[in-house]
Amino acid sequence: MSTTTPLEKAAAGTADYLDQRTSIGVLVKNFARKIFPDHWSFLLGEIALFSFITLLGSGIFLTMFFVPSMTEVHYEGPWAPMQGVEMSEAFASTLKLSFEVRGGLLMRQVHHWAALLFMAAIVTHMMRVFFTGAFRKPREINWLVGFVLLILGLAAGFTGYSLPDDVLSGNGLRITDGVVKAIPIIGSYMSYFVFGGEFPGTDIIPRLFTLHILVVPGLILALIGLHLFLVVLHKHTHYPGSGRTDGNVVGFPLFPVYTAKAGGFAFIVFGVITLMAATMQINPVWNYGPYDPSPVSAGAQPDWYMLFLEGSLRLMPGQTEWVIGGYTLSLNVLIPAMVVPGLLFTILGGWPFLEAFATGDKREHHVLDRPRNAPVRTAAGVAILTAFFILVLAGSNDLLATHFHLSLNDITWTFRVLLFLGPVATFWITKRICLGLQRRDRDLVLHGHESATIVRLEHGEYIEVHKPLDPYELWLRVNYDARRPIEIEPAEDARGVRRKGYRRDTIRRRISQFFYEDRIEPVSAEELEAARAHAEHAHLEGHGAHVELPAGEEQKSVSTDH
Amino acid sequence: MSTNTHDSHDELVVRHAPEGVSDPGLPPHTPRLGDSDPKAAKRSERIVAGLFGLSVIGSILVVVSFFVVKPEGTVESIQRSNMFLGLGLALALGGIGFAAVHWAKSLMNDHEKVEERHPQRSSEEDRAGAVAVLKEGAEDSGIARRSALKGGLITALALLPLPIALPLIGNVGADWKVSKFRHTMWKRGTRLMTDPTYRPIRAADVTIGSVVHVIPEGLNHEDLDHDQKFMDEKAKAVVLLVRLDERDLKHTEGSYHGIVAFSKICTHVGCPVALYEQQTHHLLCPCHQSTFDVSDGAKVVFGPAKRALPQLPISVDDEGYLVATDDFSEPIGPSFWERVK
Repeated sequence: MSTTTPLEKAAAGTADYLDQRTSIGVLVKNFARKIFPDHWSFLLGEIALFSFITLLGSGIFLTMFFVPSMTEVHYEGPWAPMQGVEMSEAFASTLKLSFEVRGGLLMRQVHHWAALLFMAAIVTHMMRVFFTGAFRKPREINWLVGFVLLILGLAAGFTGYSLPDDVLSGNGLRITDGVVKAIPIIGSYMSYFVFGGEFPGTDIIPRLFTLHILVVPGLILALIGLHLFLVVLHKHTHYPGSGRTDGNVVGFPLFPVYTAKAGGFAFIVFGVITLMAATMQINPVWNYGPYDPSPVSAGAQPDWYMLFLEGSLRLMPGQTEWVIGGYTLSLNVLIPAMVVPGLLFTILGGWPFLEAFATGDKREHHVLDRPRNAPVRTAAGVAILTAFFILVLAGSNDLLATHFHLSLNDITWTFRVLLFLGPVATFWITKRICLGLQRRDRDLVLHGHESATIVRLEHGEYIEVHKPLDPYELWLRVNYDARRPIEIEPAEDARGVRRKGYRRDTIRRRISQFFYEDRIEPVSAEELEAARAHAEHAHLEGHGAHVELPAGEEQKSVSTDH
Repeated sequence: MSTNTHDSHDELVVRHAPEGVSDPGLPPHTPRLGDSDPKAAKRSERIVAGLFGLSVIGSILVVVSFFVVKPEGTVESIQRSNMFLGLGLALALGGIGFAAVHWAKSLMNDHEKVEERHPQRSSEEDRAGAVAVLKEGAEDSGIARRSALKGGLITALALLPLPIALPLIGNVGADWKVSKFRHTMWKRGTRLMTDPTYRPIRAADVTIGSVVHVIPEGLNHEDLDHDQKFMDEKAKAVVLLVRLDERDLKHTEGSYHGIVAFSKICTHVGCPVALYEQQTHHLLCPCHQSTFDVSDGAKVVFGPAKRALPQLPISVDDEGYLVATDDFSEPIGPSFWERVK
C-alpha cells in the first residue's frame, strides 16, 4: 500500500513499529469494528464509568492539597469566621482548598457531585440489567462483579464523606462507632480496631484516606476492567425485535460510531458534572465548622445512597434491645444496620441463581426480556425498590415533618407500617400490570390496532376497523419465552423406592410455581389462524372485524395463593 | 415424556412465535435528511464544527478567569471564581461531547450491522486439550505421588496469613483496653464548665427552662497532655444541663433544686442529643429522633433508643458553683455487649 500524506506515513510507521513488537494488528482487526447494540438504557453503565473517571481526575487534584491528619491546629486562613478556631489539619486543608486554591472549590464540588452521580448511575444501571433479565446465563458472574462494584461504590462514598472532618461527617463517624459497638461479643474491640483506640482518636482520618484513595479505587478499577472484559467476551445483549436473536448481535461498530458516541458521551458526562459543580453548592463545610463531639445540627442528612441505612436506623423501635444473661444484644441497632442491608444485598446478589433454580434453564440468553414477559421478576424488582425508597424517605422523616408540618412520630409510625405493606402492595400491582400488558399483546396480535375508523354497515351496524400488525411488530409481540412451572419426578420410582433429591425438587417446584403459576398463555397458531380467518370472513361478510376471543387466557394450574 | 428436570427445559420454555409467523428480519433502514440532502449534511457539519468552537471558547474562559476572578476569602468571591471556572470547563468539556455525538448521529454511517455470536462453552477438543495439559503438568510436578509435598504446601500456605495478620491486628487497636468506655473525666468535686466558653456555672444563675452545654473542669488543652486525649475525653464527657421547676421532676436524686445534668451522648448510636423542648421537657436526638423525658430521668419516650440517658449526679461547692458528686453510674453512649458486666 502506498502512503500519500506525511500524516498517513507517520501513522503507518508507528503502526508498523508497534505491530512488530506487540502484534497489535490482530487486536485492531478483531476489535475495531466490533458491534455494539444501541439503546439509551445501555448508557446508564457508561454514566457510572465516566463519573468514576471524573472521580479519579478530580480526586488526584484534591490529594495535592488535602492533608489527612487529625493534628489540631489554629486556623489562620482568610475565612474570617474561623479565625483562630481549633481544628484538625484535615479540616483546615479542606478550607484551604475551598478558599485559597483557585479551582479547588470547583474540584471539591465536582468530586462530590460525581460521587452522587456515580452511585445513582450504578443503581439505575443495575435496575436496567435486572428488569430486562440481562443477568441470565452467561452473565451471572458479571452480575456479581457489578454487585461487588455497588458495594465498593458505597465504601468509596463512605470513606470519602468522612475525610473533611467537619461536624457533619464527624457525627457520621460517631454513628458508625455506635453501630460497630453493637456487634455481639466483639463490638468494643471492633470499635478499637476501626478507630485505633477510643472514638475519635487520631487514626481514623489517615486510615480512611488510605482506603479512600488507594484500596477502594484500586479494587473498583480492577473490577471495572473485569466487568468490561466480560462485556466484550459475551458481546452486549440487545433488546428483542425482528432480526435480533440469541445467535447474533445487531448494532454499530466500535470504530468510528461508538468511539464517537461513547467518547462524546464521556465528555458530556464530564461537562454536566462540571456544570453542576459550577452552579450548585454542595457540602459547604465552612458553614458547618470542624468536628467537635458536642454540637450537632438538626435536619442533617447523609448522602443519598446512605439514606436507606439512616432511615432503617430511624424506624426501628428501641424496645428491641435486650440484656440476656448480663450481655447486651442491641437488636435495635443490629437489625436496621446489618440485617436489613444484609437481606437487601443477599436478594440482589443471589437473584440470578434463584431464577435459574426456578426455571431450570441452562441456555444462553442474549436477547433481553421485555419486563412484562417476566411478571414475578419485574414485580419483585419493584417491591425491592419500594422498600428501598420507603427507607430513603424514612431517612428524611425530620425534614418531611418540618416541611409539611406533620408529626414526626406519626410519620415514623406510617413508615414502620408501610415498610411491610408497601412492597407487598407494589408486588401485587406490578404483577397485575405485567399480566395486563401481556393480555394487551395478545389482543393486538389477534385483533390488530384500533384504527379509529368507524364504518356503518348496510344493515345499520357500526363497527370499528382494526388494522393488523405489521410483521415487525407482530414478531416483537409473539416471540418471547413463555415459561411454565417445572414438573418433577414422583417421590418414589416404579419399584417404590424413595428417590434421592426429592426434597430439593419439591422446593424447586414451589419456587417455580411462585414464579410462573399466574401466567398468560401465548397466542397459539390455531388462535392466530382462527383470528385471521374470522377477520377475513368478517371483511367479506361486512361484519365486525373485532373478534371476541374464547378463554380467559390466564391459567392457574394449582390453586395456591400467595 | 421425560420429566427429568435437568434436561427438560426445552419443554418448559416455549420461545413462542406460533407457526405461521416468521422473523421478518431487520426493519428497513430509514434514511436521515443528511443522507440524501447534501445541504442538510453540510449544516450538520457546521453545527459540529461550531460545537468544537464552543469548547475552545470554554477553555479560554477558564484561563482568563483563573487570572481575573480571584478568590478573596469571602464566600461570595469563592463562589464567583467557582462559577466562572466551572462554566468555562463545562463548556470546554460539553462542547467536545456534543460535537462528537452529533457527528456520530448525523453524519456517520447509520446502517445497523450484524455480527454472529458463538457459545461461551469451549469446544470438546479444547476442553479435552485443557484437561490433558493440566494432567501432564500435574504429572510433571509429581504432586499426586509425593503426598508429603502436598501436605507441606497446603500447611505452609494456610499458615502464611497469620504472620501478616497478627502484627496488623495486634497493633491496629492500639492497647485494646476497651474498659476505657466505662469511665469519663467526671469525678466527685469536678466543676461543671460551660462549653465552649469554659466558665464555671453558679447554680443561682441557671434560670428555670434554660439549657447549658457542659464539659468537666480540666477539659482544656492546657490541662491535658496531648490533643488526642482532649477529643477522646470530650466525646465521653459532654453533658446537657437543664433547670426545671422542682415540682415537675419525677425523681430528685442527683439533681440540685430542679437542675439536672444528663450525658449528651445518645444511648442509641452516640449522636449528641441537643434539641430541648421546654414545654414538654423532651430532649430530641436530631440524628434518629430518639426522644427522652428530662422530667422523668431522661427515659426514652419515642424512637430507636432503649435506655435512658445516664445522669450526672450534681451538687454545689462552697462557692455556689455546680459540681459533680460522682462519675456517671454506667457507661455513657451506645450499648455494647459487655456493657452491664
